[in-house]
Amino acid sequence: MIQSHTISPEHLLIAPLLIPFLAGALMLLYDDRRRWLKLAMGMVSGLALLLVSIRLLNQAEADATMRMYLLGNWPMPMGIVLVVDRLSALMVLLTALLAMPAMIYAAAGWQGKGQHYHSLFQFLLFGLNGAFLTGDLFNLFVFFEVMLAASYGLMLHGSGPDRIKAGLHYIAINLAASLLFLIGIALIYGATGTLNMAELSRISPSLENDLRPLFHMGAATLGLAFLVKAAIWPLCFWLPRTYAAASPPAAAIMAIMSKVGVYAILRLAMLNFAPGMGVSAGFGGPVLILLGLATMIYALFGILAAQGLAWKAGYATLISSGTVIAVVGFALTGGGAMMLSAALYYMVGSTVAVSALFLLAEPLERAAREDEEIPDDGDEEASTVPSVEVLDWWGPMGLGAVEDDDAPATTLPASVTALAMCFIVLVGFVAGLPPFSGFIGKVGIVEGMLGEGGLAGGSNPILVWGFMAVLFASGFAALIALMRFGIRRFWVSPREGTPILALEIAPVGLLLAMLTLLTVQAQASMRFTNQTASTLLTPPAYAQSVLTSTPLRDEDDDEARPSGNGVPFPSIGGHSGLTPATGAGEVPE
Amino acid sequence: MELILALAIGVLCGSGIWLLLRPRTFQVIIGLCLLAYGVNLFIFGMGRLRVGAPPVMPKGGFIDPTAYADPVPQALVLTAIVISFATTALFLVVIMVARGMTGSDHVNGIERSETAPLAERSE
Repeated sequence: MIQSHTISPEHLLIAPLLIPFLAGALMLLYDDRRRWLKLAMGMVSGLALLLVSIRLLNQAEADATMRMYLLGNWPMPMGIVLVVDRLSALMVLLTALLAMPAMIYAAAGWQGKGQHYHSLFQFLLFGLNGAFLTGDLFNLFVFFEVMLAASYGLMLHGSGPDRIKAGLHYIAINLAASLLFLIGIALIYGATGTLNMAELSRISPSLENDLRPLFHMGAATLGLAFLVKAAIWPLCFWLPRTYAAASPPAAAIMAIMSKVGVYAILRLAMLNFAPGMGVSAGFGGPVLILLGLATMIYALFGILAAQGLAWKAGYATLISSGTVIAVVGFALTGGGAMMLSAALYYMVGSTVAVSALFLLAEPLERAAREDEEIPDDGDEEASTVPSVEVLDWWGPMGLGAVEDDDAPATTLPASVTALAMCFIVLVGFVAGLPPFSGFIGKVGIVEGMLGEGGLAGGSNPILVWGFMAVLFASGFAALIALMRFGIRRFWVSPREGTPILALEIAPVGLLLAMLTLLTVQAQASMRFTNQTASTLLTPPAYAQSVLTSTPLRDEDDDEARPSGNGVPFPSIGGHSGLTPATGAGEVPE
Repeated sequence: MELILALAIGVLCGSGIWLLLRPRTFQVIIGLCLLAYGVNLFIFGMGRLRVGAPPVMPKGGFIDPTAYADPVPQALVLTAIVISFATTALFLVVIMVARGMTGSDHVNGIERSETAPLAERSE
């Protein structure tokens, strides 16, 4: 590694994994009380991650070919591979963008409420980036577990009975989902004899008929595991409670964890069941549409019923996941690239918005607790607010009251004003009001559905119209729910001395700045997601470019490893599919 | 051998799922362990069962790949065992903390005998 000629630009691909991994490990060497040092290391890691992911995104945008990194330089269908295409690059960038504000927010105090916060955070980033970059099913499982193990620690950060109880459920559900994941992997391996995603995509259309049911069962089981992670309706009840109980910076980064499930479904479903992929084309599409719709409807009522802002943010996460999953379903049944592209744009915006909402929740609720006027609502049982209390609370501001000279508006503390401004803008983003990115995404989805070739390809018109109705109803519900919260929180006479640190508002401002940029740069972003969606809808191109990647020739390596020079492996066991593609040509150094 | 393996997987997973749905945290963790065993055997079985076939080839290159067992599922099982062992250990710690904090080993942290009168009282 020291000789400069051996480091090729391809090594940039592994940087998103190595940076957080090394940073997290390095932090473990220092005493846990040196939090500011760890924070500084975390910030450096986050910044490096941001730069690398921007570079990867630029590379992915510039040319159509995907970039591969052969781990250990083994030839293709045998070796383990990292793949960066536009979707992976986008998700890695999103992770890096969400990481920085969460780290800054943690500096306001949360980093001191437990041990190894920053290390766990880095390992979570490691797992997330790995899951986005891997081109191999089993490595996807391993990175899922890395991510989950770190998230268990982060979820329990700060301790307390509420977190422990929610964490118990969270861990149990995720352990069970991991076992489903393994069953799915085993079934797919049994049917196809490979776990490489590109190889799988190549084999699946030409699979023998007696193996196809096994393959479908494997895909469905795997999908179930991802749906648990993406929190889709019958498997979503854990999410609002867990995220509301988690410390705000942890919840803010966990907002992207549900998108890992969405990403995995998108990636694998598109690779194997995209329109034009033979007999299996469209497999699972209708189920995804229905489940996505059910999630949106459930979350629509949930966000109206929930009391705390963190709970509402949890349901907003569900709305976002459900929308994207339903669109993936439509895309599988032939919905077209434009709809998918808008959904990707919507996903980026809504994930950042929800993350900001989680960060905003705690300062708002803290201020409310000090006022002792809004009932402290940790769980849903408390949602039945005694009406007497509400009357008491409104009493001083009732109709009969004479206006004071020093009206509340004149003495509004700057911190509350800042919070209120952040909140109102954020509501626009979460609910998808016209000037904001959520609206652009939703309009794009609807336009894609109505535009090319009638109603979303061959989909059932009832489903399409139903989806559109629910899409806008969910935004409306989010608006009502958040506005009601805002009215009750901000339109009361403010108490002096509610301590809100600048460190807590700054990250929200940062996230809002990103959202604004996303809105202003909507055309450029949509152009990128358009390219992403059209790549996703042509899986053979993905398989082709991954499978033809050849190991880097290195004089020292070739002697040590005889198989490194492109000698194809013979088929092992009884599997049909193990015919490795020989390289089309050597990659020049 | 297929029948024995299938029965073993079925019994392990069946009892695992039943225990997973029980209300005590200890039953849940034992259920998860049994499920993990069942799943590991299942992965192993998906690589096709071969009697007396080694998964590792001798030095000197390939002789006849059909004479060997598929090594990939065995490697997968090994990884899966390590991961499920580690996560189960972590879960055990959380369970013990939950027991200490809530004073109950119920998965919701509340005993049913406590919740029933509470519900009646509030009515």
